[in-house]
Amino acid sequence: MMRFTLERRADPSRLALLLAPLAAVAFTLLACMLLVAWAGAPVGRTYALLFEGAFGSRFALSETLTRATPLMLTGLACAVAFRARLYNIGAEGQLYLGALAAVAVGGMHGGSSFELPMPLLFAGMIAAAALAGAVLLLVPALLKTRLGVDEVVTTLLGNFVVLLFVSMMLDGPMKDPMGMGWPQSVALDGALELGKLLARTRAHTGLLWAVGLAVGLWLVQRYTVFGFQMRSVGANAQAARFLGLPVQRVTLCVAMLSGALAGLAGAIEVAGRTSYVTLDMSPGYGYAGVVVAMLAGLHPLGVLAASLFVAGMQVGADSMSRAVAVPNYIADVIVAVALLAMLVATLFAQYRLRRNP
Amino acid sequence: MEWIDLLSSAPFWIAVLRLATPLILGTLGVLLCERAGVLNLGIEGIMVAGAFAGWLAVYLGAPLWLGVLAAAAAGAVFGLLHAGLTVSLGLSQHVSGLGVTLLATSLSYFAYRVTFPSVNTPPTIQPFAEMKFLAGVPLVGPVLAGQTPMTLLALAAVPLVAWVLNRTPLGLAVRMVGENPAAAEGQGLPVARLRTGAVVAGSALMGVAGSFLTLAAFNAFFFNMVNGRGWICVALVVFASWRPGKALLGALIFACFDALQLRLQQGGASLPGLPELPYQAYLMLPYILSILALVAVARRAAYPQALMKPYRKGER
Amino acid sequence: MTQPPIALRLSGITKRFGSLLANDAISLALAQGEVLALLGENGAGKSTLVSILFGHYVADAGRIEVFGQPLPPGRPDAALAAGIGMVHQHFTLADNMTVLDNVMVGTEPLWRPASRRRQARARLAELGRRFGLAADPDARVGTLSVGEKQRVEILKALYRGARVLILDEPTAVLTPQESQALFATLREFVAQGLAVIFISHKLDEVMAVSQRVAVLRQGRLVAERATAGTSAAELAELMVGRKVVMPRADAAEPAAQASPVVRLAQVCVNAPRGGVPLLCGIDLTVHTHEIVAVAGVAGNGQQALVSLLTGLRQPSEGAIRLGPESAPAPSTPAGWTAAGVGRVPEDRHHEGVIGDNPVWENAIVEDLGDRRFARWGLLRARAGREHARELARRFDVRAASLDVRTRSLSGGNMQKLVLGRALAREPRLIVADQPTWGLDVGAVAYVREQLLAARARGAGILLVSEDLEEIFALADRIAVLCAGRLVAVRPVAQWTPAGVGLAMTGSAATETP
Repeated sequence: MMRFTLERRADPSRLALLLAPLAAVAFTLLACMLLVAWAGAPVGRTYALLFEGAFGSRFALSETLTRATPLMLTGLACAVAFRARLYNIGAEGQLYLGALAAVAVGGMHGGSSFELPMPLLFAGMIAAAALAGAVLLLVPALLKTRLGVDEVVTTLLGNFVVLLFVSMMLDGPMKDPMGMGWPQSVALDGALELGKLLARTRAHTGLLWAVGLAVGLWLVQRYTVFGFQMRSVGANAQAARFLGLPVQRVTLCVAMLSGALAGLAGAIEVAGRTSYVTLDMSPGYGYAGVVVAMLAGLHPLGVLAASLFVAGMQVGADSMSRAVAVPNYIADVIVAVALLAMLVATLFAQYRLRRNP
Repeated sequence: MEWIDLLSSAPFWIAVLRLATPLILGTLGVLLCERAGVLNLGIEGIMVAGAFAGWLAVYLGAPLWLGVLAAAAAGAVFGLLHAGLTVSLGLSQHVSGLGVTLLATSLSYFAYRVTFPSVNTPPTIQPFAEMKFLAGVPLVGPVLAGQTPMTLLALAAVPLVAWVLNRTPLGLAVRMVGENPAAAEGQGLPVARLRTGAVVAGSALMGVAGSFLTLAAFNAFFFNMVNGRGWICVALVVFASWRPGKALLGALIFACFDALQLRLQQGGASLPGLPELPYQAYLMLPYILSILALVAVARRAAYPQALMKPYRKGER
Repeated sequence: MTQPPIALRLSGITKRFGSLLANDAISLALAQGEVLALLGENGAGKSTLVSILFGHYVADAGRIEVFGQPLPPGRPDAALAAGIGMVHQHFTLADNMTVLDNVMVGTEPLWRPASRRRQARARLAELGRRFGLAADPDARVGTLSVGEKQRVEILKALYRGARVLILDEPTAVLTPQESQALFATLREFVAQGLAVIFISHKLDEVMAVSQRVAVLRQGRLVAERATAGTSAAELAELMVGRKVVMPRADAAEPAAQASPVVRLAQVCVNAPRGGVPLLCGIDLTVHTHEIVAVAGVAGNGQQALVSLLTGLRQPSEGAIRLGPESAPAPSTPAGWTAAGVGRVPEDRHHEGVIGDNPVWENAIVEDLGDRRFARWGLLRARAGREHARELARRFDVRAASLDVRTRSLSGGNMQKLVLGRALAREPRLIVADQPTWGLDVGAVAYVREQLLAARARGAGILLVSEDLEEIFALADRIAVLCAGRLVAVRPVAQWTPAGVGLAMTGSAATETP
């Protein structure tokens, strides 16, 4: 029987690390052709429709951008956290809580009763959403740093708790008086909504916020002391501690940053797309953020590309499934396969396969 | 209605055992993987895949137990994938597991939609029947009579897994690869094969856990069936200190609270001593409890020492 | 008289790791009833050779025969079946499992429905009697002492019917007295017909216990001698290939202006889960122009002591004061660095550098509070690179560039980087934990030179080392730690190696520093 060992490459080439995601995506599309064939649809046409539906027209592009905006933010949230070895799977809950906080500030006590000028109220809304997400992730992060409790399960379970809490709020204190029984929250004050990016589409200026934050995060990671601390703690926490870096403080700061980003995703969704908080406003953006982050190699700029890919697949699949008999779940399959393929591709960029005689 | 009445009523305990069954099987599955040193976060997706595979097999005409086998096979396949990524390639167990969950879930939903493109109400099957013939058993008769054979399977699995782990050479080998893989290799054991085998076996159990939902608890497959039960199993394993007996206990305790919460939702009139709370608060209880359980045992957790550390042969 | 049968024969064993030739056409024979010592420095290829024997690695070329039968390569189970048993340098035991579990695992067919524990217990007890190695089968290995754990390792091999026993640096973690007990056990083995390969780099042990010596140097077998017909000096020269003059401390002038650099007063450190404290009643002072070496068997409190002086731990009792001004000790690693302490950790890979970061970032990582390298929260890369370049020049750190990942540096260069980083700031106290471990001869000499130079410039150095030769070469005073207490602290002239060995077991009376 052939036996292989994996040998670490001394200094992996930049090119290999850049090509890895492309190789992964290529493999994914090839593999998923089998699924299309199983569904009985013509493969070429299906893929063409998929891409057309994602990027092929002004409308398609606008839909993709709209869908990508929250993904960019949850992707950034996960990338920041994972880079520091903090596995934040709770972005979904942080998103919802952030949305709730945004509406609480910007909808329930609307401008008229708060007597605050709009820009200030807007800032307050954003701050509230960020704070809500930050505090929510702080709890599992503290449990991890103080008691060593694995944050994967706590953040995951937390999502369920938060969703139930949101449901509770929507049934009670934050219920929309004009909702006619539909479970949704009080509306956000109209003046606080985000402007449109492309006329007559759903694409909104939240995208600019997301891109700006991605670039900002990249700059922070590369050029600031805090960015250095984040990278170092994630790479080797033991050495970081010995070398004098404040490991616990960095971990908690990363947790707050990550939670804030996810909370912001919720606020921006409300302000840009929905105007209400509803129970189904997020079709798993928080979980998709994990995938986006991994596809991006945990790089902030990569998150932008990866979220466009994931959003494009989902939008394209929706559109394609209306024309061909392929269920739109194929988008999720594509993303899942891409994630695993990405892991393998990155591995081979860093390790070499050696045969054992 | 008083507490005593509730706790001594057969319907309550019938519900408890039913709710506990998938948890018992799922927790045993995670336990097997983790004892061998591999964290398997694919459980949530594997349970979905098991639920779907089992149901589909029965829908296509297979007898119920063959459906259970199909579910086990589905679980085993995804387990093999996870093992290949984490054991053979040494990839991050967290990320691989989450990827497997995503893949298994989306593939199941996709397959369901491809096979049933335009149905609105999920097609049903004839599930396992309750074992009325056990009503005569003293003391536990009424409770057992309300169960399906799969619950008996789950209960039997506990001592079986315990025996294999603690009293057989194979179990000893599996435990050793989870504690010190270099030691296992030094004793001539094939570390990668043992870990892969444990993950495949554990994942098969997870698949069976999922099939309970479609073949016994309900009679159809619908989306969001599993609803976080897989994650609860991961928490329960820590609570159980990686021991099958305590896993059973943990699952039962959890199921008690779950059954209680169902009662409170349905009952309308709340139990004495409890404030009037919206139903969501009661639904939250299971998840909050799991988190608290994790916190409670965190300090004293006796982790298998090689958990989550990939083993590369020759690297020492 | 007929020659005893050949238990083991290696022919032409060659093994490469990338560009490194670890074993170069080695041929050896081991007779039954004989102890063969495999001698060589760190990195000479000894561990690689026995790993090939035991099946952890596969040789690129060559053959192995056990009692005349060829040995299939690369399979530990084949080696075990052929009668080869190995006692690893780093114990391969599961702490959470019992002695019996550790011994039994892998000895029964995996498909058997139930383990035969009673028979296993009996066999273990019988082996213990036969060879004088007692072990409680139901004890959890994690609770055993180091010497007891080694006994379990040996029992594991004997339980499987080993006829050739390989011991890889077995005395690294034993006191001199425990080592003697081990040697007695080995003599019992050969009396009962086993063959033993004993790997070491300690000449006195090799002379004491072996019948023949094979010397490895840089992957090649350079000499084979009958132990009776050679001397330690000859072996040393063969081991190193030349007469090595290691830097030694010259007799220190009585330090007229010697002031205390760090003073520990009645310091205790409790164990995290209760029980015997890690350190107890430590009174120690390090002065300027002085090297204080801490000797002791690994696991007797050195780690706790070092973590106290590097800021990773706080004393549970007692006080630590810095400098002639008796300033209270800082409470964080960064505080210690800022207070003028240069720290060289034991494990350069896991503590000394962050492998994924570029070299220049690791050069300035302890100086992020310095305005030269970080201002207003921003890293100043140009200044950082300058500093790194200067450091690499001063301390002979060879790297392809300052931007490569630090993990790609060789062990020696990485250690020079760590050392340079610690010394560049002219610290008044240097805490050096096993600074020459795992380095080649050239790098060892360099590190020693640097420490002596720092001492000449006025620094006080606390050196923790398991190498008695190094301790005697560098130290002004030697402190011996045993079971968390300072057994004795005396000037080097008042110590002999044997005396230190005795003190390591706690036999000498405590004296004031």
